[in-house]
Amino acid sequence: MNLTSLQRLDRRWIFLAVGLLVIVPLLFNFHIAPVQPSNRSRGFYDAIEKMPEGSVVLLSGDYDPGTAAENYPMHLAAARQLMRRNMKIIALALYPAGPPLTDQVLRIAGGEYHKQEGVDYVNLGYKVGNELVMSQMGQSIPNTFPVDNRGVSVKLIPVMKGIQNFQQIRLIVNVSAGYPGTKEWVQQVVSRYHVPMVAGVTAVSAPEYYPYLQAGQLHGLLGGMAGAAEYEVLVGAPALATRGMDAQSLAHVFIAFMIVLGNLAFAGSKKGNGR
Amino acid sequence: MKREIPILITLVAGMFMLIAWFVPHPMVRGAYEGLQNWAIVVVGFTYVLGVANLLRINLRQVSRKERDWPFKIVLLAGLLVTMAIGFSEGNHYTDVDSRFQWIYRTFYSPMTATMFSLLAFFIASAAFRAFRIRSVEALLLAIAAFILMLGRVPLGAAIHPAIPAAADWLMEIPQNAAKRGILIGAALGVMATGIRVILGLEKTYGGGDS
Repeated sequence: MNLTSLQRLDRRWIFLAVGLLVIVPLLFNFHIAPVQPSNRSRGFYDAIEKMPEGSVVLLSGDYDPGTAAENYPMHLAAARQLMRRNMKIIALALYPAGPPLTDQVLRIAGGEYHKQEGVDYVNLGYKVGNELVMSQMGQSIPNTFPVDNRGVSVKLIPVMKGIQNFQQIRLIVNVSAGYPGTKEWVQQVVSRYHVPMVAGVTAVSAPEYYPYLQAGQLHGLLGGMAGAAEYEVLVGAPALATRGMDAQSLAHVFIAFMIVLGNLAFAGSKKGNGR
Repeated sequence: MKREIPILITLVAGMFMLIAWFVPHPMVRGAYEGLQNWAIVVVGFTYVLGVANLLRINLRQVSRKERDWPFKIVLLAGLLVTMAIGFSEGNHYTDVDSRFQWIYRTFYSPMTATMFSLLAFFIASAAFRAFRIRSVEALLLAIAAFILMLGRVPLGAAIHPAIPAAADWLMEIPQNAAKRGILIGAALGVMATGIRVILGLEKTYGGGDS
C-alpha cells in the first residue's frame, strides 16, 4: 500500500480504531501514566480547602447528560470535597436537564459522608431565565427559588435558614457546559457581589475562561476530563475521570497520528499528480 | 404608533434597569426585582411556544406523510408520553424510583451522551481527511495542536515534562492574549448595541429596519 492509496482509506477503519482505543483502556483499566495536578486544578482544590468548615457554598451544576462524561466526574468530586469539609451546600442547575445529575452527585457524596438532605445540603433544582436567575438571586435567593427540587418550601429547609442572597455565600462552585454557565456567573455575580468562585468546564470551552482565571475572578479551573482527573487525584478519590485518562491519552495520540498520516497521503498524491 | 410604543417601552425599561443597577434604594430595588420577575416569566413562556411549535410542525408533516414521517411520530410520542408521565407524578417526578426518572436515565441520558461522544469519531476522521498543512499558518496550528493534545493528557508528561509546560505556555500567553482581545471587543460591541437599542436606533428586534 503506497501513501496515495491511503487517501482512499475507508473512514470506518478510523472509527473502529477510535472505538477500540477508547473501549479497551476503559475495560481493562491499565495504567499508562500518572495524573499530575496542574496549578489550575490545585487552585480549585485549595479554594475549598482554605474555607472554614461549615461555610455555605453554592454548587451550580449547569450541564446536562450530553457533557456528563466531562462534567459529572468533577461535579461528584467537588461534592465529595465539600462534604468532607462539612460545608453547607446549596445546589441548583441552570440547564433544564441538570437537576437529576445534581441529585445523583449529592446522593452519592451525601451517602459516603453521612450527610442529610435538607440539613447539610439542598437541591433547589432548575429555574428558567439564565442570567436573570443569577441577578435575581443577588436580591433574594428564597424569592428566586421559593421551593426546592422536591417542592418543599425553602422556609422549611434547615440548611436555607438565614440565607438571603450572595452575602451569605462564601464560595461559588460552578460546573459548566457553556451557556448559561461560568462566564455568566463571573459577569453577573463575581464582578458585582465579589463572591469567590471556582469553575469546572468542558475542555472545548476552557480557553474562554483563562482571562478570568488570570484576572483572579476565578480561583481555580478544571478543564474537561483531564481537569476532572487532576482534581480527583487531589481530592484523593480517583474515579471516573482518572479511569478515562488512558483512553483520552490514546485517542489524542491517535488523532495526532491521523493528522500526520493524512498529510503524508496528501503529499504523496500531490507528488504523483506532479509527475 | 405600532412602532413608537415598543421603542418607548424599551427606552424606559432599559434606562430604568441601567440606573437601578447603581441605586440601592428599596423602592427602586423592588421595581428592579419586579421587572426581572416579569422577564423570567416571559422567558418561561418561550418553552410553551417551543412545544406548541414542535407539535404544529411535526403533526403537519405526519398528516402529509412527508419525508421521515415515522420518526416524527416517535418524536411526538416521546414528547407527549414524557410530559404525561411527568405531570401525572406531580412533585414526585424527581424521586429516584419515579417513572419520569426512569425515562431520563434509560433514554434521555444515554442518547444525549451518545450524540456528544460521536464527536470523537468525526474529529479523528476529519483530522485525517481535512487537516491539510498547506501554509506556514497551518503548520503553526498543527504544531500547537500536537503540543496541546499531548500536553493535556498524562501521557505528554510521561514522554517529557516540557510538553505540558509548553501546552500551559500556549494557553496562558498567546491564547489568553487573543481571547482577551476577543472578549474586550465583544463587550464593547454588546455595550454599543445595548445603547442603540435603548435609544431606539436599533429596531430590528421589533421586526423593523435598523
